[in-house]
Amino acid sequence: MVDDKVVGIDLGTTNSLVAYMASGPSLAHPDAPGKGVFILPGEDGSNLVPSVVALDADNHVLVGNAARTVLLTSPERAVYSVKRLMGRGLDDVRGELKLFPFHLADDLAAGEVLRIKLGERTYTPPEISAQILRQLKRNAERFFGAPVKQAVITVPAYFNDAQRQATKDAGRIAGLEVLRLVNEPTAASLAYGLDKKQNGTIAVYDFGGGTFDVSILRLQDGIFEVIATNGDTHLGGDDIDNLLISIAADDIAGDLKIDIRKYPDAVQRLRNAVIEAKIALSSQEAADVEVELPDGKQYQRRITREMFERMVQPIVARTLGPCRQALKDAGLSVEQVDEVVLVGGSTRIPLVRREVETLFARKAHTELNPDEVVALGAAVQANILAGGSAETKDMLLLDVTPLSLGIEALGGVTAKIIHRNSTIPASATEHFTTGVEGQVSVAIHVLQGEREMAKDCRSLARFDLKGIPPMPAGLPRIEVRFLIDANGILHVSAREQRSGKEAEIQVQPSYGLTDEQVENMILDSFDNAEKDLAERQLIEARNEAETILTALVKGRRNEAWTMLSMSEQEKVDELERKLRLAMSGSDYQAIRSSIDELNQATMHLAELMMDAAVGSALRGKNMDSTGVGEGPEAPHPIGKAEFS
Amino acid sequence: MRAEHFCAECGHVQPAEPTDFFSFFGLPRKLELDETALEREFYALSRKLHPDVYSRASVREQAWSLEKTSQLNDAYRTLKDPVSRTEYLLLLEGIQMEEQSKTATEKARAAGVDKKQTVPAELLEEAFELNMLLEEAKQGGVDDDLRGQLMAIRTSLAARLNTMQEELRAAWKQWDSGDVEATAQMVDVLNRRGYLRNLERDINEVLK
Repeated sequence: MVDDKVVGIDLGTTNSLVAYMASGPSLAHPDAPGKGVFILPGEDGSNLVPSVVALDADNHVLVGNAARTVLLTSPERAVYSVKRLMGRGLDDVRGELKLFPFHLADDLAAGEVLRIKLGERTYTPPEISAQILRQLKRNAERFFGAPVKQAVITVPAYFNDAQRQATKDAGRIAGLEVLRLVNEPTAASLAYGLDKKQNGTIAVYDFGGGTFDVSILRLQDGIFEVIATNGDTHLGGDDIDNLLISIAADDIAGDLKIDIRKYPDAVQRLRNAVIEAKIALSSQEAADVEVELPDGKQYQRRITREMFERMVQPIVARTLGPCRQALKDAGLSVEQVDEVVLVGGSTRIPLVRREVETLFARKAHTELNPDEVVALGAAVQANILAGGSAETKDMLLLDVTPLSLGIEALGGVTAKIIHRNSTIPASATEHFTTGVEGQVSVAIHVLQGEREMAKDCRSLARFDLKGIPPMPAGLPRIEVRFLIDANGILHVSAREQRSGKEAEIQVQPSYGLTDEQVENMILDSFDNAEKDLAERQLIEARNEAETILTALVKGRRNEAWTMLSMSEQEKVDELERKLRLAMSGSDYQAIRSSIDELNQATMHLAELMMDAAVGSALRGKNMDSTGVGEGPEAPHPIGKAEFS
Repeated sequence: MRAEHFCAECGHVQPAEPTDFFSFFGLPRKLELDETALEREFYALSRKLHPDVYSRASVREQAWSLEKTSQLNDAYRTLKDPVSRTEYLLLLEGIQMEEQSKTATEKARAAGVDKKQTVPAELLEEAFELNMLLEEAKQGGVDDDLRGQLMAIRTSLAARLNTMQEELRAAWKQWDSGDVEATAQMVDVLNRRGYLRNLERDINEVLK
């Protein structure tokens, strides 16, 4: 059976995940009760792939946990939190560089896309992100035993045009066709919405590793309409870590007279220690930060939850302004919000929960794992785009543009042409003319942001409308159409109306890669993956077969088995024999089609098992807690990952 | 005439044609409209036109869906809000809005000139007093007394803005029943409203 699977990807600052939504329950993947949405684990069985890219001693690229090890031993050969650099220029990141051990190329020119040093080479942020995406793509391919070429990727709702474009470029470089960029809080609402089919207004508070978003949505008969969104693309758990590091570093300098900032590997150990303490403090009242210092001395400090909360309070407080603004933009009072949903790892911090629950004056939803919910939602959107299923056929996402689009007018002011929180796709048409006789081009500066002056907004692009026929000043009438597509990405086209001539325009993004550059960066999409694909496909098909056969053995012991009709049981038995026979051969397609048949035949069994286990009271809860299946933590019995 | 959105044969999206926002929804050029019905229609059309539905269709149909959906969203956004709906109708009728309109504000700002301000007669005294208070606040900060006075003015502005909604609705009724002169009244209400909103904004800025 050849069907192109569309996966959902959460490309996070700290961790990245890939998920898939199957159409209907599946015996082999019972960890997705009824809805069939699940995370595709990596070869180490872990759902989360740390967003770290590193080079090993032989200059091979490592991604995820393997790269994280390098980060500790030789931090100059690893990059993390690269999402913070996506779509940004040198001026944007100067402040950031003090806190992150990014090594930028020495020969960077202003206005150029950033390049980060890693070993002998330099890489742009989209290229680094592409390495993470490619690892996720491989994890998915390993899982399905088939190539994966299309994906939905999530971005922070508050990402601007350049950051979105950079994410899309990363997908292309990784060999993925990005069918849609979905805003993270909106994706989370899709995952929650699958379970709760009711209408109402929900607020999604998404506090992740590097970004903060808040979105207010109206749910009506399957339509998820975003009314307002707000956020900060540089506010997240990273900021809490950096604050704790700088407090500890001052502490160390004062007590032990060592400037730890001079020792990158020691800073990295300190980072790990404070992160561990931060996490522990979500469930404990106190935690110890312990680090070995370069001179062999030991730094040790006990932090109580009360101290921690006092320190991070100002950071948490920065999330509340955007929440109030989003409510105001939505024209809603706190009482009109029916549900609040928490997303992102930083929402595990009790202080964050308290603040959000106080602001919205209600208990927040945390049923779905805050690290996974965005990826699960992306998979739901992927399912919708792939043609939908019974669960998603009525679902439609209507998102908005987070920032106003404007053009620079006389005097350096911004004239807004598409306002923030407009439902996308959205468009605006503007007319321009010339100021001087015989003028053949007009310069246009496109901006994104809310500020009055152009210099305070984000510059998206500068371009010239060229090829205007020479005419007296003010006579040409040039119509320029600005269109923001469903990904939140801008397209511009122009026409001179008096002569009917289509003006030739080039939109050069202020910070971004050209099409040609992206083309040249595309990782050999036909790399090793294709070369030994046949062999791998066979191994993977066999592994997949093992999975379903193991599940079947368990299923037969379940009471649900006795509820099947005799003919159903016989059908399953027969298909099991067929699959075992196919497995002894080397035709991977025969194995896969037998798997599909067996899957089909056991669907009823899977449903019965789920019904029995979940029960009506528990419906909608995570399967982990019901004891059916092995849960997402179980290692997937599949071949090892390859690193290039 | 309602714009044709779909092929009668296959039900697929058709290319976008230039159309005004009322025609897009098959509505007459009238201002009193059933906002609930408009929302329902918006959702129904979204389900059929949205790029999500055409994600695996031909490149041509994808482009049509993108164009059509942006038209749909632009039209819905403009018509659902009473003020922007009125402004849009005036634009369609070729009537220039005056000083307080957003376009006029932006034009004046772009040209770097001070916008001409015509203070509505009924507000002259109040506006004068308010400007004094605002000036005072800028010079010496806001003490409790000043704050109280400004908040009182803000409350009275809000009440006036409310009655303007009714005036606007009255003008709509006239327009809808065929009285073309009603546009003058709408322009007047919108101008005064714009003026009040500016005052309100100035107060909020100082009280922030």
